Amino acid sequence: MAAGVATWLPFARAAAVGWLPLAKKTMPKPPVDNSSRSDEILYVNVSGVRFQTWKNTLDRYPDTLLGSSEKEFFFNEETQEYFFDRDPEMFRHILNFYRTGKLHYPRYECIQAFDEELAFYGIVPEIIGDCCMEEYRDRKKENQERLAEDSEANEGTDAPLPPDSTSRERLWRAFENPHTSTMALVFYYVTGFFIAVSVIANVVETVPCRPPKGSVKDLPCGEKYQLAFFCMDTACVLIFTFEYLMRLFAAPSRCKFMRSVMSVIDVVAIMPYYIGLVMPENEDVSGAFVTLRVFRVFRIFKFSRHSQGLRILGYTLKSCASELGFLLFSLTMAIIIFATVMFYAEKGTKGSTFTSIPASFWYTIVTMTTLGYGDMVPNTIAGKIFGSICSLSGVLVIALPVPVIVSNFSRIYHQNQRADKMRAQQKVRLARIRMAKKGTTNAFLQYKEDRGLGDRDSDSTALCVKNRSAFEHQHHHLLHCLEKTTNHEFTDEGTYSELCMTDSVGFRTSRSTSLSSHQGAQNNSTGCCPRRARRRAAIRLANSTVSVSRGSVQELDTLHLKTTSIPAQTRSSLNAQGVNLKLNCGEQDFSAAIISIPTPPANTPDESLPPSPVPIPGILRNTRATTFTHETVKISSL
Amino acid sequence: MGIQDMELLAIGVVVILFMAVLKQFGILEPISSFEDSSDSDLEMSTVRHQPEGLDQLQAQTKFTRKELQSLYRGFKNECPSGLVDEETFKSIYSQFFPQGDASTYAHFLFNAFDLDRNGSIRFEDFVIGLSVLLRGSVTEKLNWAFNLYDINKDGCITKEEMLAIMKSIYDMMGRYTYPCVRDEAPSEHVDKFFQKMDRNRDGVVTIEEFIETCQKDENIMNSMQLFENVI
Repeated sequence: MAAGVATWLPFARAAAVGWLPLAKKTMPKPPVDNSSRSDEILYVNVSGVRFQTWKNTLDRYPDTLLGSSEKEFFFNEETQEYFFDRDPEMFRHILNFYRTGKLHYPRYECIQAFDEELAFYGIVPEIIGDCCMEEYRDRKKENQERLAEDSEANEGTDAPLPPDSTSRERLWRAFENPHTSTMALVFYYVTGFFIAVSVIANVVETVPCRPPKGSVKDLPCGEKYQLAFFCMDTACVLIFTFEYLMRLFAAPSRCKFMRSVMSVIDVVAIMPYYIGLVMPENEDVSGAFVTLRVFRVFRIFKFSRHSQGLRILGYTLKSCASELGFLLFSLTMAIIIFATVMFYAEKGTKGSTFTSIPASFWYTIVTMTTLGYGDMVPNTIAGKIFGSICSLSGVLVIALPVPVIVSNFSRIYHQNQRADKMRAQQKVRLARIRMAKKGTTNAFLQYKEDRGLGDRDSDSTALCVKNRSAFEHQHHHLLHCLEKTTNHEFTDEGTYSELCMTDSVGFRTSRSTSLSSHQGAQNNSTGCCPRRARRRAAIRLANSTVSVSRGSVQELDTLHLKTTSIPAQTRSSLNAQGVNLKLNCGEQDFSAAIISIPTPPANTPDESLPPSPVPIPGILRNTRATTFTHETVKISSL
Repeated sequence: MGIQDMELLAIGVVVILFMAVLKQFGILEPISSFEDSSDSDLEMSTVRHQPEGLDQLQAQTKFTRKELQSLYRGFKNECPSGLVDEETFKSIYSQFFPQGDASTYAHFLFNAFDLDRNGSIRFEDFVIGLSVLLRGSVTEKLNWAFNLYDINKDGCITKEEMLAIMKSIYDMMGRYTYPCVRDEAPSEHVDKFFQKMDRNRDGVVTIEEFIETCQKDENIMNSMQLFENVI
């Protein structure tokens, strides 16, 4: 209910006296209201700025923070005021809402900050007054679009694929993002080249070439070099067909792919060729066949996969559909009106070119778009007057929707520019995050070392830990607790990948194993270990402690694995974004690995513990493979 | 159409366009401004009303100073101009009864509050009415109720007036009630009312009959105390 309603409620209740003499039944008892009746002034301190308001004002909206008893949580006993540690500038607007009943959106504020404030104070944004609602909605939509783009840029394209993706997924990836692998890039350029060749061939084959000997008439090149053009066309169509079929195979959702615009364009581009092959040399049908050749020009639209700008243009036209529709509609109306008028104006004159109203359409269109071919010209005075009015109004009607379309295009274009900038920024951001993560790991390891030392010598411990803040202390203590819980230790990338390398015997990966790979050593390590798990499972059954203890796996539930390996991953989730986590190998690999090994479990529990080299049991690997093995060691021995 | 007619039409169009252009330049203003001026004068003056002083109101009503202050603050917040017109009143009152249509009853209520019948409720009217309803004696309240029912303020309630009031009250209930409001319900209610109130069976209820009957009715007398603590 609106603001003022609360103020008028006592009045409405008082007016109910008018029903009393008419009442059929006895009236119910009124609610008992124990709150103090007298109005008092409340003091609200928002980050030092003191606001004062009547209690009644705040009580108008009982379902917000300030109107309900929730504000008591913020009451400061010493100063006898409500203290909020929030933005005082924004609070002004919030308080005005209580006072006037209308919520206004300040244009200079960030939309997200405003939304957050509203959420904090328990106010629904829908009640923003009409004066500011449009601005709010526009800004909100813009912001959402921006965020959607960012998340798209984040999740989709440049992140490396999970290593266990099928060839189908990789193929699709290669098609959608050519710059992920060299093969894809080559394919991309080859198809682009062939599109160009095909289009040029289509154009050139209609150019008149010198006639062959013995003939006078100029022949189009297409007929002179028929075989050459046919071969070129065949080659192009073969490439396009191959590409289309590969895309169809790789598409995650075939139905959706077949319905997409690009796929339709692909089909339309190659169909005429096949229809031409299939069609007999029938005179009647070949006329239609010639028309089909027109569709070959649609191959040029295939370039839109290669060009960002074309896609933007297409998207703009789609988003301006309503303006374009309006343009078309108003033009049609004007054309019909003026054509009729011109026709009747010119009806009497001899030799008039305005033979009918549809014939006048041509004149009207040519005049309104200010083309003025001059093939149809009015002769009467009336015709000339109306003709001039027609051309003036034509300019107006066409000029009106154009700025809207232009501004839409500009907006979308800038959004795209921003997306590219975002992507560049993202790389910097990720690098920074990695640095921070490394920093934390190092700090933690340092802390542990100091503690290790500190067990023997308390003085040096005191010196070392002095430089850390209370926050860091508590954080490190927490990480330490986690280590103790899972009985694993944290390690840094360098140490981990070293061990990763040393343990691998005879494994190769197609990815680069260098630590400085831009995808991060973590990805590499996850890249290498799952393969190791698989290979080990398949190949190495002897010698390594890893495989020996693996046998005891069979006793374990896969469930055990799941639950214990999850905390192992949380440490990385502390700093990194979730992206990196998902790169670990799936559990399916595990169960497959487990089942394939038939080693007897008999003496593994005893043997597993001692033979392991010293650093290994304590070191947490970021993949499930090795965590798994050590878990088996520990758990089965319990 | 012949050529002649079309040419005349063309010339007509040209003349109209010419006049439109002249109007833009303000040359034709003396002709057109004549109609507009009287309207614009009315627009300029803002209607505003200031209430009587706090002391007079205190004398006229039974509210305390603080209560009057609080009431005025609320009133002024909702109606900065100091006056409530009928449309605003109807919209405010309708918000309390969203299921049905409260506009007719609000109209009667408006007339009951608007003591000087000038089409708008001032703060004095508002506060005097509230004073009667909340702090007045039982007789005063009954008087007020009678005034509400007596639409033409002639001192007696006829069956038609009562029927109109009753219909408006039932309208506020809306469609979704249990049991369903039948079409005859208002008139039945009116008949019952008249049976009770109209002593001399002359078809109208006068103020004396009304007050007398109400004072004899226990239920009504008890319920009059209900709304005393609203403010």
